Amino acid sequence: MAYGDDAVTLSRDEIDALQVQALRETLERARRAPAYADRLSDISPNDIRGPEDVRRLPLTGKDDLRAGMPWGFLAAPRRDVVRMHYSSGTTGLATAVFHTRGDLERWAQCVARGMLAAGVTEDDVFQNMMGYGLFTGGLGFHYAGELIGCMTIPAGSGNTERQIHLMQGFGSSVLHIIPSYALRVLHVCEGEGIDPHADLSVRVIFVGGEPHSEQLRRRIEDGFGAKVYNCYGLSEMCGPGVAMECAQQHGLHVCEDHYLAEVLDPETLEPVPPGELGELVLTTLCREAMPLLRYRTRDIVHVIEGECPCGSRHARISRIEGRSDDMLVVRGVNVYPLQVERALLDFDEVGRNYVITLDRPADLDRMTVAVELAQAGFADEMRRLNALRERICRRLRSELDLGVEVELHEPGALPVSEGKAVRVIDRRNQET
Amino acid sequence: MTAGEVLCKQVSVFLENKSGRLAEVCQTLGRAEINIRALCIADTSDFGILRLIVDQPDEAVAVLQAEGFSVGSTGVLALRIPDRPGGLGTVLGQLQEEDVNVEYMYAFFITIAGDAVVLFKVEDPMVDTTLALLERAGVKVLTAEEVYRL
Ligand SMILES: [Zn+2]
Repeated sequence: MAYGDDAVTLSRDEIDALQVQALRETLERARRAPAYADRLSDISPNDIRGPEDVRRLPLTGKDDLRAGMPWGFLAAPRRDVVRMHYSSGTTGLATAVFHTRGDLERWAQCVARGMLAAGVTEDDVFQNMMGYGLFTGGLGFHYAGELIGCMTIPAGSGNTERQIHLMQGFGSSVLHIIPSYALRVLHVCEGEGIDPHADLSVRVIFVGGEPHSEQLRRRIEDGFGAKVYNCYGLSEMCGPGVAMECAQQHGLHVCEDHYLAEVLDPETLEPVPPGELGELVLTTLCREAMPLLRYRTRDIVHVIEGECPCGSRHARISRIEGRSDDMLVVRGVNVYPLQVERALLDFDEVGRNYVITLDRPADLDRMTVAVELAQAGFADEMRRLNALRERICRRLRSELDLGVEVELHEPGALPVSEGKAVRVIDRRNQET
Repeated sequence: MTAGEVLCKQVSVFLENKSGRLAEVCQTLGRAEINIRALCIADTSDFGILRLIVDQPDEAVAVLQAEGFSVGSTGVLALRIPDRPGGLGTVLGQLQEEDVNVEYMYAFFITIAGDAVVLFKVEDPMVDTTLALLERAGVKVLTAEEVYRL
C-alpha cells in the first residue's frame, strides 16, 4: 500500500492553529528538561495565543547545548529514548541529540513528505549515499525510503566505483548525496566511460548536507539527466527533513506541523522584514525526547513569499545563503575552527597559529591545515617531520571526522591569531 | 678518539619551500661572518631541511634562532675517504656489516691531500661502534676542531 501524508493539504489557518496547540504542548514538555526548567518558570501555555508568541520563549544556542551535555536537554524519561545522534568532535564541543520511538517515526514522515513531493514512489530504487552512523544524513533518509516502500540501498558515502556499480546493477532511480560528492561521482563516471544518461536510471536526486549554489544544482541535473531537489536539516532538530523542495524547485517547504520557523536579524534578534535575509531560528513542535525552543541554526536564509503553485501552504525558505558564525561545511561535515585549535593544543611541536585553506581540486573539497613548527618540534630528519605531520593529521581526523592535509611552516610564517577571518581561506567557489 | 672529539656540530634549519628563504639563511650567516664549509638540502614538496657545516656552529645557531628560524644542531662524523673508485663503497660496506645505519651523508667542497671529506650521520647510539670499526678499517676521522678550521 502506498504511503500518504495528510499534512501537506492543510490550509494556512489550520497550520497556524496546529502550531499554537503544539507550541503549548512543547512548552510543557520542555519544562521537564533540567536546562529549561528555570528559564520557563515565568511563562504559561495560556501566554501562547498565536504562532508569533513563540517570541516570548527564550532562545537556545549551540553553547547552551554544550553546557547542557550530556543530559540537560533531555525532557523524557531515559528509558523512552531509543536513539542518540552526536556531532563530531572530542574536545568538549560535541553535542548529543536524543529521540524517542515517536520522534524517529515523525522524522521519517518529514523526509518522506519531501520525497513524495518530488514524485518518489514504492516502485523506486533508492540509493542512499550519505554517511550512516552518528551523522544524521544517512539514517534520516533511510527510514523515509522504507516508509514509502522504495527498495532502499544503504550505500553510505565513499567507494565511488562501487556506488556506480550499484546504480548500474540495480537501476537506482533515486539518490541522496551531498552535492560536491555528486560531482565527484560524475567525474568518476567520465573516467570509467559510463554515460549517466544512457547507462544509469537516476531520475531524482536529493542533495543536502552542505550549502551549494543554483549553478551547482544545474550541473548535477545536466550530468545525471535527473531532477535535483534541495533538502535542509540539522542534527539538532533531527537531521535532514526540516525543509525540502517540492517539484517547483523554488524554495524549501518547512514541515510547519513539526517545526516553527522564524527568520531573525542575527544582531538584534528581532524578526527581519518578510523576504529579507536573516538567521533561521527553529522550535520543535512535536519532539518528545529533546524539545528545543528557538534554536539558533546560524544558517542565513530568507522566506519566499507568496503561495507555492504546488498547493502546499507550508512556508518556504530559500537555500542556505550564509552562516552567522564561523562554521565550515567540508564534504558535508560541519567543522568549527575551534575544533582545529583545540586539537593542535595537544602538540607542543607546533605553535598556536594555524590557517585553514579550503579548495576543490577535481570537484572534491580539500581541507588543508597549515601550522608552524615550534622549536620543540624541530627534527633534523625528514622521517621525523613526516611522522609529526602524520600524527597531527590523525588527531585532526579523529576530531573532525574528516581527512585533512597538514602543512608544516616556519615559525612566524602564518598570520598571528587575531580575528577569525584570517584563519580560514575558502577558495572552493573560485574553481567552479 | 672519543665521540666528543670527533662529532662535528652540524647546523640544521627547517625551511618551507618558499623562494628566498635559503638566501636569507646564507645572508644571515654572512652578516655574522660565519663561513659555510659544506651543505646539503633534503626536501619534500612543501618543506625541507638545510644542513650546514660552518666554522662557528654555536654562533650560527644563535644568529639563526634570533632571526626566527627553527634550528637544531646534530652530531655528524667527518671521514677522509680515499679519492679513488670504490673508496666510498668500501667504507659503506664495512658500516653495513656492523649494522650501522647511515641516515644521510654529503661531501665537503674541498679535499685533504687528495682525500674527499664526507660527512656521515649515524644513529646516535651507534657512534662509538662506528668509530671503533673505522679505526680497525683504517679510515681517518677528522676531529670537530679540524673540520671547523677546514
Ligand atoms: Zn511547493
